[in-house]
Amino acid sequence: MPLTWLVLILLTLVGLGFILGRRRALRSANGDARLLHSRPHFYGANVALSTLVPSLGVLVIWLLLQPVLIDRSVSHMIPPEMVPADTTLGLVMSDVRRVAEGLDVAVARGVMSERDSNTLRTELTDLRARLGEVGVALGQDVRPEVLSAAQSYRRLSHAGTMGMTLVVLAVAIAGFGFSLIQSRKEFRARNVVERGILSLLILAASLAILTTVGIVLSMLFETINFFGLHDWRDFFFGNTWAPNFRGESELSILPLLWGTIYISLIALFVAVPVGLFAAIYLSEYAGPKTRSFAKPLLEILAGIPTIVYGLFALLTVGPMLAGLFGQGGALGVSWMAGATSVLTAGLVMGIMLIPFVSSLSDDIINAVPQSMRDGSLGLGATQSETIRQVVLPAALPGIVGAVLLATSRAVGETMIVVMGAGAIAKFSANPFDSMTTITTRIVSQLTGDGDFSSPETLVAFALGLSLFVLTLGLNVLALYIVRTYREQYE
Amino acid sequence: MSDAKLLTPKTSIHTQSPRTKRRNAAETRFKVFGMIAISIGLLMLVALMGTILSKGIGAFQQSFITMEVELLEAKLDKKGNRNLSDIKKVTTFGYTPLIKNAFAKAVKDQGIETDLKTKDMAKMLSKSAAAQLRNVVIDNPQKIGQTIKFRFLANSRIDGYLKGRVSRESIANDKNVSVAQLDFADQLLKAGVLKKTFNIDFIIGADASDQRPEAAGIGVAMMGSLFMMLVVLGLSLPIGVAASIYLEEFAPKNWITDVIEVNISNLAAVPSIVFGILGLAVFINYMHLPQSAPLVGGLVLTLMTLPTIIISTRASLKSVPPSIRDAALGVGASKMQSVFHHVLPLAAPGILTGTIIGLGQALGETAPLLLIGMIGFIASNMPTTIGEGLLSPNSAMPAQIYEWAKRADPAFYERAWGGIIILLVFLVSMNTLAVILRRRFERRW
Repeated sequence: MPLTWLVLILLTLVGLGFILGRRRALRSANGDARLLHSRPHFYGANVALSTLVPSLGVLVIWLLLQPVLIDRSVSHMIPPEMVPADTTLGLVMSDVRRVAEGLDVAVARGVMSERDSNTLRTELTDLRARLGEVGVALGQDVRPEVLSAAQSYRRLSHAGTMGMTLVVLAVAIAGFGFSLIQSRKEFRARNVVERGILSLLILAASLAILTTVGIVLSMLFETINFFGLHDWRDFFFGNTWAPNFRGESELSILPLLWGTIYISLIALFVAVPVGLFAAIYLSEYAGPKTRSFAKPLLEILAGIPTIVYGLFALLTVGPMLAGLFGQGGALGVSWMAGATSVLTAGLVMGIMLIPFVSSLSDDIINAVPQSMRDGSLGLGATQSETIRQVVLPAALPGIVGAVLLATSRAVGETMIVVMGAGAIAKFSANPFDSMTTITTRIVSQLTGDGDFSSPETLVAFALGLSLFVLTLGLNVLALYIVRTYREQYE
Repeated sequence: MSDAKLLTPKTSIHTQSPRTKRRNAAETRFKVFGMIAISIGLLMLVALMGTILSKGIGAFQQSFITMEVELLEAKLDKKGNRNLSDIKKVTTFGYTPLIKNAFAKAVKDQGIETDLKTKDMAKMLSKSAAAQLRNVVIDNPQKIGQTIKFRFLANSRIDGYLKGRVSRESIANDKNVSVAQLDFADQLLKAGVLKKTFNIDFIIGADASDQRPEAAGIGVAMMGSLFMMLVVLGLSLPIGVAASIYLEEFAPKNWITDVIEVNISNLAAVPSIVFGILGLAVFINYMHLPQSAPLVGGLVLTLMTLPTIIISTRASLKSVPPSIRDAALGVGASKMQSVFHHVLPLAAPGILTGTIIGLGQALGETAPLLLIGMIGFIASNMPTTIGEGLLSPNSAMPAQIYEWAKRADPAFYERAWGGIIILLVFLVSMNTLAVILRRRFERRW
């Protein structure tokens, strides 16, 4: 594998650079480290860094750009009239890549010589059979234009890889040589090295921004594509969710939003009272012993992966509710048709959110100054009166913030609703109905075999962007409220 | 003296006035509400753990039927020359008669009386039984002609019967198993041929097709998770620490820094599925990295874990007192040296704790993995090299659990719960490690 070798060569150069740089600087000071501007290892580090960082940067950028550029230039070779009516250019390109990979494998196994692989003609060879021999299964016979595209794909990739190796090595050697020549006793190695490290640190910090930009852009582009194929008025204001892969789908976010909000409301209905009372008890009544025992135990609930809650909803809570409220159930009512329902998902999500609400509210209640409690108790109020009439009103904005954060968690939660809520999009107020949410639909639209040019797949990106905006709004609002509240007592 | 009359209390301090009673009752009520809330929380925890343990523990045991199988030369190697390519030509169908014979022999040896046909007996074994036997023969061709003791997997219905999941009533509409087979299973159990033992293959084995829940294991998915965690650790720790050092120690107070900080705190609250969409759009659709590869999963989880690690690293850098930095600067260290030589080592335990907790979160995360295609196939190839481990399609523990839960067969549900036990064992040990690290090395200034 040439890439491994390239990296190994780079690392050897780096090690060598460190030793040589250090030695050369020391020699320029006649072996007396006191005469150097910086300590000797800075000279070594300078050579090592100027060898590694630029070349590694070139390597990464090259690796990112090469496939895109090659894809673009090869897809120009396939004229639009050659793309069969039932597929898209993207699918033809994946055929091309597959054939190219197959040829690579065949050459590597020695079944085919390098020259053969470049001069193959579909008229003369049954390529599908020959690739089948080396374990590359092709779905259909290779068409001539696909083969020639695959051959130029390989040629370009080889040329690209070769070019990359040469350029990266050239950059590395240039950096190596230049910095080695610099390594003399007057050279301010420490300042240079520290400036270099600082810029690496800045690079790492800006990755956070890059991620956000990546999230927004990746979803924005596909969302724009989606709105090019589908009416935005139907998405935002329609009232039906009925994807249909033969076209004519109705894709409206509103029924999904209703499901999301309904489930979140039930979850909050469970989590807020329980979490709030637990926080009040823990911070105002419980002794240190109960506190040190109950608080970590409650927080275990927050550390359990959501897949566990999902399974709990699917296999335990759902069947249990169906046994109570379903047909032939213990209560003799048949309100529930199946195990998946809004209530199932909402209850389980509520359990998940209990520790979230309780630990946030705990912090906030503890931040209320003790003097306010003392004042109230001193006037003769009982402890519960103090809590209800003094502590809670003072903590209210913070608690509202905590509830908003919990809401944002509930809205973005995926596994519980995927496994517990069902798949039917509708407006219904019956908590025993099976309903669907934004996150569930994202998963189901993107895990099918749909191609990325149909509105039925692209709608997932529009849903994702809506979800992102929704949760971001909730978070910003919550953080703003919590922050203003905290400043009140500082 | 009329003043004194006014001061006389109307009620005795020995009896409570109705109002005081009401207030005290409200006080008690309020306190009880708090206790109820705590108990609900703890009860849920107990219910959850109880369900997981009671339903999942069965996955660690499996029913096996041990029989003596005569590897007939006439069936397996007609030419008698032990030529491997000839032996390989005998398909699994060629092995089924051997299994039937083995059952007939076992019935005779143990003196079991039954009307069950050997064909139906053989159906009590896993669908992979013949293939397993074939693999053993291909690995040891010299054994042809001998009689060997072989441990067959019983199929999931028989296994469920031994575990109490399947009963004679519950199989009324089940065409995979009959009451006669269960009767025969009882006889085999009594004779010691059928046995339920610890099943190491569940922990280290590969997933199996949806026809053979009895053969499915989580080992390959565990390797997938391991490789993902390696990627997450290798990327998020250095990047996270570097970003935190910059923001905490070097960043000037300006709007760019503010933007970065707000960004990080918001990223920490972005739903995980959004990271999945990002991974699908950028890593798979744009960069054409292989689908379902642990490398892609690791990259997505890295982006998701970074904010957690940055937030905890910044907290532990902040807790190192400024006097340390001042002392280092005072003896002539540069700013960079004071950070890397003094502040960072002192903050290391906190950073490590935060990293372990972040890794724990990443290990249990499922939603983004669904979008980058780590479900929907049978993860059956154990990776042999690091490159293969990173790039070839694999599942991950939570994704494998989800996959099993989707297969809608109680035998797979049992495995899903068992998988959760393994996942939780990992999470508990990681968190315990984090707590121990914090207790041992954390310094209070």
